[in-house]
Amino acid sequence: MIDPAVSAGLRDAIARARRPALIAGLAGMIACAAGYFLAPAAFFPSYLFACMFCLGLALGCQAVLMLNHVTGGAWGIPIRRSLEAGTRTLPVVAALFLPLLPGLRSLYEWARPEDVAHDAILRHKQLYLNTGFFLARTVICFAAWMAFAFFLNRWSREQDERPTRGLSRRLQLLSSAGLVVYGLTITFFSIDWVMSLEPHWYSTMYGVLFIAGQALSGFAFVIALTVVLARYPPLSGFINRKHFHDLGKLMLAFVMFWAYVSFSQYLIIWAGNLPEEIPWYLRRLQGGWGWFGMALILFHFVLPFLLLLPATANRNPRILSSVALLVVFMRFVDVFWLVRPAATPGHFTLRWMDVAAPVGILGIWLFVFLGQLLRRPILPVNDPEFAAALEHGADGAH
Amino acid sequence: MTQFEHDPGEGGQLYGLMAEFESPTELVTAARTAREQGYSRMDAYSPYPMHELAEALGLRRTRLPLLVLAGGILGCATGLFLQWYSASIDYPLNVGGRPLGSWPMFIPITFELTVLFASLFAVFGMLGLNGLPQPYHPVFNAPRFALASRDRFFLCIEARDPNFDRDRTTRFLANLGARVVSEVED
Repeated sequence: MIDPAVSAGLRDAIARARRPALIAGLAGMIACAAGYFLAPAAFFPSYLFACMFCLGLALGCQAVLMLNHVTGGAWGIPIRRSLEAGTRTLPVVAALFLPLLPGLRSLYEWARPEDVAHDAILRHKQLYLNTGFFLARTVICFAAWMAFAFFLNRWSREQDERPTRGLSRRLQLLSSAGLVVYGLTITFFSIDWVMSLEPHWYSTMYGVLFIAGQALSGFAFVIALTVVLARYPPLSGFINRKHFHDLGKLMLAFVMFWAYVSFSQYLIIWAGNLPEEIPWYLRRLQGGWGWFGMALILFHFVLPFLLLLPATANRNPRILSSVALLVVFMRFVDVFWLVRPAATPGHFTLRWMDVAAPVGILGIWLFVFLGQLLRRPILPVNDPEFAAALEHGADGAH
Repeated sequence: MTQFEHDPGEGGQLYGLMAEFESPTELVTAARTAREQGYSRMDAYSPYPMHELAEALGLRRTRLPLLVLAGGILGCATGLFLQWYSASIDYPLNVGGRPLGSWPMFIPITFELTVLFASLFAVFGMLGLNGLPQPYHPVFNAPRFALASRDRFFLCIEARDPNFDRDRTTRFLANLGARVVSEVED
């Protein structure tokens, strides 16, 4: 019988990791505060991209968690608690977005009435793109995500306390609704916060791009984390190469899905070559930004694809965690490439806020995440699929 | 007690000796011992797949993944070449001022042909490597072999094995605890 509680060794290891995260987070935040007052025009775009990446980690965890509740499958058992810890960071992520509110005028052309007055298209879009409605949509999105996170975690805890048959079914139904709501809300949210940085441009692929990216961010982050957790009880007595193989295969699928939607958008806009669409890519391919595009093709798709293709790599936790960390980093680069060129279109410059904002936000986020991870048992032993997941590894000789 | 069954149709070529076991563990032990004794041309038959058996028999990993990879690369190259050749050499056509070799437009077809070739190589490679469909196989001449799909476990050492000797191998299989050892006609 496996004791699912956080073991003493794991508790120490997590506590050791939390300290530097908090220190880096606070240092980054102090630098951000300085930037907020001294160079707001540089602060807001950098802070926005760091926030969007951080949101991707939390929402990606939630999306993958709900996907596992809907489809079932033993692959979700070893990572369930890490995903749930990710969903419980959403209130902190929402709080991290707050410093952006005074910057809406600075970030968005449509929030500046003097600019809108001279622009027929923006006047036309004002019915949707105005500060009041924008804030209302943001509040609705966060409220919806947090409501689903609340019930996902609450029912999961009830299941830990006493196994009830109906709970899994309830989690499944909740997650079905949650996935639909997530698909809609993230579409609105990404269009609002990121696409409308360049309000003349539009792409119907945009929401899907974020869904693929966020699910991949959360999933790859949790895989890298699981390889570390697997060194300590209780996960060390549970997880084996077969579980890692499952996670690796699924990550390969997500990588391919991201590449598929990213390329689809590029191909359609490239083929159309229309003056209202193509500038978005030109701003992201000229003046140094092109290197980011090239890096995305090579290290966000080609390299992970080739590394995850052979089964032997998926079964080797060292290789798997290296690929997962590479993917998390490339997710970061992708979000940077989507958001930041809007501030310096067509010429890449690295500002010190581009470093301070992610260090601050991710430090704080990691601190909160690891704290949440400690609060629940590491394995959901009362899940009806737990026995199957345990057995899944039993004949894992090959 | 082991029971021996001789091939009724004497004069026919001997394919091998078929040993029948009652439990999967006996079969795995028998296969492992046979391998240790230097037998290499043999096969085992059981009602359900067993991982340990492949290992005990010393089966090589299948080369099918390599074939599939080759098919994928060939399909990728074919797709790219087909489009590049027809669009820029054989029938150059100016479409909206784009370059003749517009690689972004080639990607979807290249992807499709990669998948198509890889899956065709997988299907026909699988059939080529395992020799199916095979209307005749000598092991079905063994009496009671139909039980291999129910509750019995069989090990067949083939006559073409260099260590094979009709009497010695029969005794060897009997000593392993085989319930029945029978000669299989080719």
